[in-house]
Amino acid sequence: MGKLPLRARLATSLGGAAGRMSRIAGRGDGSVIGGVIGLRLEPDLLALLAAGRQIVLVTGTNGKTTTTRLITAALGALGQEVASNAFGANMEAGLTSALAQAPDAPLAVLEVDEKYLPTVLTATKARVVALLNLSRDQMDRAAEIWLVARRWREALAAAPDCRVIANADDPLIVWAAGGAAQVTWVAAGQRWHEDSWCCPQCGSHLLRDDLGWRCGECAFARPPARWVLGRQSVIDSGGRIHELSLSLPGQANRANAAVALAVASVFGVDPAQALPWLRGVASVAGRYTAIQRRGRRVRLLLAKNPAGWLEAFDVLDPPPVPVLLAVNAREPDGRDTSWLWDVDYRVLRGRPVMVSGERRLDLAVRLEADEVPFMLVEGVDEAVDRVDGTELNVIANYTAFQQIRVTVGRAV
Amino acid sequence: MAAGPGAHRGPSAVRLVWVYPDLLSTYGDRGNVLVLERRARLRGLAVESVVVNADQAVPQQADIYLMGGGEDLPQVLAARRLRADGGLKVAAGRGAVVFAVCAGYQLLGTEFGGVDGEPLPGLEVLNISSGRGERRAVGEIVADVDPVLGVPRLTGFENHQGVTRLGPGVKPLARVSAGTGNGDGTEGAYAARVLGTYLHGPALVRNPGLADLLLTWAVGVLPPLPEAAESWTRQLREQRLDAVASMSG
Ligand SMILES: [Zn+2]
Repeated sequence: MGKLPLRARLATSLGGAAGRMSRIAGRGDGSVIGGVIGLRLEPDLLALLAAGRQIVLVTGTNGKTTTTRLITAALGALGQEVASNAFGANMEAGLTSALAQAPDAPLAVLEVDEKYLPTVLTATKARVVALLNLSRDQMDRAAEIWLVARRWREALAAAPDCRVIANADDPLIVWAAGGAAQVTWVAAGQRWHEDSWCCPQCGSHLLRDDLGWRCGECAFARPPARWVLGRQSVIDSGGRIHELSLSLPGQANRANAAVALAVASVFGVDPAQALPWLRGVASVAGRYTAIQRRGRRVRLLLAKNPAGWLEAFDVLDPPPVPVLLAVNAREPDGRDTSWLWDVDYRVLRGRPVMVSGERRLDLAVRLEADEVPFMLVEGVDEAVDRVDGTELNVIANYTAFQQIRVTVGRAV
Repeated sequence: MAAGPGAHRGPSAVRLVWVYPDLLSTYGDRGNVLVLERRARLRGLAVESVVVNADQAVPQQADIYLMGGGEDLPQVLAARRLRADGGLKVAAGRGAVVFAVCAGYQLLGTEFGGVDGEPLPGLEVLNISSGRGERRAVGEIVADVDPVLGVPRLTGFENHQGVTRLGPGVKPLARVSAGTGNGDGTEGAYAARVLGTYLHGPALVRNPGLADLLLTWAVGVLPPLPEAAESWTRQLREQRLDAVASMSG
């Protein structure tokens, strides 16, 4: 901190004060407002705060927050302080705040919004970038995902010192990472194929088989992976097999863990050394863990886009545990609910289903079309009261999830 | 969905083809298939749906063809494949029903804008031509349908940067009251039994009247549905129309 220019120090301390005031005033965790004010005073603040540290950037459509948390945990094996934007404030201001709050941390693991990766990469001169996946998400706001991939590709080509850890099973990710000088491929799997039927290189049809995918016309194909995720284990770059046994559920989180292990190994942390740290992560920003509410055990799952809903269905408790679905369409969610029709809800047949949220009528029409019986409820408490047994699972999209957390309490 | 074009079907089934969902299905376009299937089934009509991906031939003998939205790259590839295949154009020429949204709508015309906005040849099924507008139109859209069609006002969501001009022989589907549509105050287009719209993705979900129009074109006059079967859809329509009215009012 001592080597920061005066203006940057001032910007940092004023930003920090604003963050503290925001926390005291009860307006969230204060992680963004401090950065906003700091950046207004010193536009290069992110670059100044990043200088001299080893930085990992994590981006992709799904799993950013969880993977950031897992990498942070794995680097814990080094015994050094790690800065991180652990609560998902993933644009420039959130990243700036995270670094300002840990001025002496030599390492930082930062989740980055997909659209901001090029800017943040330039500012932070990151040592490692982890690219998880790319699929449709909030389409009424974001640029088309192919354009996102193209910007990543250009930004990574301009950062030859950066090591990229990328998912070899996602064609768009492979194409984006193709711009980088150093890439470690992780076979992390891809559950959602609907956004990668076209070759990003030549526009032709991609062909898929058990071995992966390749373009029918040009040479673009799935690269051989150094790290391979199985159903319960990971094979590392040295060919050793590691049982994951995570506390977090689901294949999507095992994919996140595989990426985290590959990132940690860049910093000299062996998978065997990192795994106990990963297993210690049981909840990420209120997701996955169960809370008690009026005598019932309630599990909260966040799903922001079609690929995320598939992952959430994968970790539901088995039927007949009832599920509450809650959907909003505010700015952070995307104003458009069309994506509901890209999710196959038939898997919910055979268990009680309740729907809530500001766009519950959209959900009602959707479930009716899939012949899934459902009941409209006002909110999470009505759902809890209607549960016959002791368990309730909840799947909500972004702002609906935040509203439910406010109701059931943030202390998770 | 049935396995392929050759699958078994009854003699009176409505034959529905979902064209290239691997390329043209970015915004929940499956909703249109599900709504048509449901509304036909509730009236005792069997439906035989077929998915045709871009590496398969488009069958020429179906009753209704659906085409969805897509990003620029897949749209360009879809145009190339559909022109080479020719099946959709033959089907439209012999009077089949075609319903296309967004990128699919543009593809039906004589010309559309490619990845960098350059003009590319369309399928020439509908006499329209599309290019790229100044800014992206994103948001709720409400439009009043050509009274001749007898369909209640449209409610939907649009997300496109297209501008579409209608040539002779083509009529606008509707007149925009909120939103952008074709860019000149009109929205969508139709001629004979070919109909396209900028209401993206599951456009038929909130517009069951439009779904019934397509079914009527395909099989003739339909009986009304029982009130209970329409209840959720009616509530959703009212909620969205009210939301737009309160935003603009
Ligand atoms: Zn190719």
